[in-house]
Amino acid sequence: MSCWETIQAYGLRSLGIGERLLPREDYNLCQQFTLIGSGLIWNIYFGVLALAAGFFFANALALAKSTRSPWLRKPAEWFIFVFRGSPLFVQFFFGYFLFLSLKGVYPIFSPFTAAWLGALIVLFLNTSAYTAEIFYGALRSIPKGDVEAADAYGFSGYPRFRRIVWPTMLRLAWPAYTNEAIFLFHATTLVFFSGFPAWQQRGDALYYANFFADKTFNPFVPYPILAGYFITLTLIIVSIFGLFNRYLNRHLPQEARRKLKIRMNVIR
Amino acid sequence: MFEFCSNPDALSGLTWLSCYLTTTKHTALYVSFGTVLLLLAITAPVSLLFGFFGAAAARARFLPLRWFGKAYIALVRGIPDIALFLFFVIALDQAVEWTRHKILCPGWTEPIRQGNDFVVCAAAKMPLGTAPQWVHEAYGFSLAVFTFAIVFGAFAANVMFGAMRAVPRAQIETAEAYGMSHRQAFWRVMVPQMWVYALPGLSNLWMILIKATPLLFLLGVEDIVYWARELGGTKTSRFTSYPHGDWRMWYFLGLLVFYLMFTRVSEIFLERLMRRLSHGQATTGGESQRKAAA
Repeated sequence: MSCWETIQAYGLRSLGIGERLLPREDYNLCQQFTLIGSGLIWNIYFGVLALAAGFFFANALALAKSTRSPWLRKPAEWFIFVFRGSPLFVQFFFGYFLFLSLKGVYPIFSPFTAAWLGALIVLFLNTSAYTAEIFYGALRSIPKGDVEAADAYGFSGYPRFRRIVWPTMLRLAWPAYTNEAIFLFHATTLVFFSGFPAWQQRGDALYYANFFADKTFNPFVPYPILAGYFITLTLIIVSIFGLFNRYLNRHLPQEARRKLKIRMNVIR
Repeated sequence: MFEFCSNPDALSGLTWLSCYLTTTKHTALYVSFGTVLLLLAITAPVSLLFGFFGAAAARARFLPLRWFGKAYIALVRGIPDIALFLFFVIALDQAVEWTRHKILCPGWTEPIRQGNDFVVCAAAKMPLGTAPQWVHEAYGFSLAVFTFAIVFGAFAANVMFGAMRAVPRAQIETAEAYGMSHRQAFWRVMVPQMWVYALPGLSNLWMILIKATPLLFLLGVEDIVYWARELGGTKTSRFTSYPHGDWRMWYFLGLLVFYLMFTRVSEIFLERLMRRLSHGQATTGGESQRKAAA
């Protein structure tokens, strides 16, 4: 099989399109590159959707945590505490078995036991909690002068929040939020190692890398390939978020714009 | 365990539960909590050590050493940590066996990598095929510990590298003005002062380390995740005298609560430690303590 044929056969294997059987022998570099890259589709799927949905929920949570009313504040605080204080790995397991038990009672929950929905929900809740904490911190460090100036201009209530407080919050939170995004993409590799079954061997990048490492008993090829893919993905995320950062700070003179300084975070 | 547990079929309610939770299998679960604590107790100081030397290497004046330190720190950037874990466990195992093979079986001519196999002579197997079960487990565990230490050492090196740079330059200059050598200034002035700058990062790292412990499961150690899955699964009366349905959800809820309490307690403890360390330091924390006392 030429490399082009391999790509045709396995390029979309992780979605169930193409060759049904995974390669059995003479694993070559092309197969490893293709299958691991194919698995990356899942990582991107989980990452993008969880991040997009989590952004909105995190805003709501951060606002709820900074209100004075305990009816809103306490639930938000607890939510953030639970999801930030426990390992994502255990959350995945718990979520999976929770959905499994619910499925036994209400059949409507059966799609939740599949990774595409169940794991996505867990990731969504998890990233919401982490992002909410970042946004909450940013909300608390908005310069007093900005808000006072808004008051002086007659802003109040929702317009003040929409035009002054919220953009400043995003501006302050953006570097940390970029970090969180990178990190979320890395965390998506846990999905298929935590109970959620890879149905018909449709897994993510790490699933296939692990498959090859197990079959060839040689970790020195598939894992560096995986690492290469993830470094590329990280660079893409950084540049997309960098564009947003420029947009958020477009009112500042060129020199004063803060460069997006990425401080790498680690396991959650 | 208890005397009334001799006939489980006749039990109900709390007594049943108390018997159920004290079976030998459950003891293994409780022991595995100890495994987690043991892992933390070993990994934390070892990775701190790795981190310290990594950071010192990244600041070294000798160029190759500096490259090594920087490369070690950069190792963690951009790569999912789970991939690092999965990689290092196999890679370390193969490195050990390869080295032993080279030393113990010099007459061996066949290649070690034969297609999809990794073949070393019988004497180089680690642990030896004849070794008892506990040796296998201990070896697996120590590989896991070493892997954790390498990965977290890189994180810690990153934090400490920052902390060493955060020590005010004037402090080092003063040390030099007093005639201290580079080495003396490093050990007597920089190292004692860097901790207060490193602590926020290190306490963050400690939290992350706690939350990384369930990954032991992926490294093939029988840890709490393993036992929660084992014990929670549906049990019929054919195999156990305590049959029950699928309780894995509750077991993992238990783990979740365990980790929440653990991180919360650590948080409170680290806050106290930070307050103590800030005492008398030239930072805003130390300054506000001084003002509060005055």
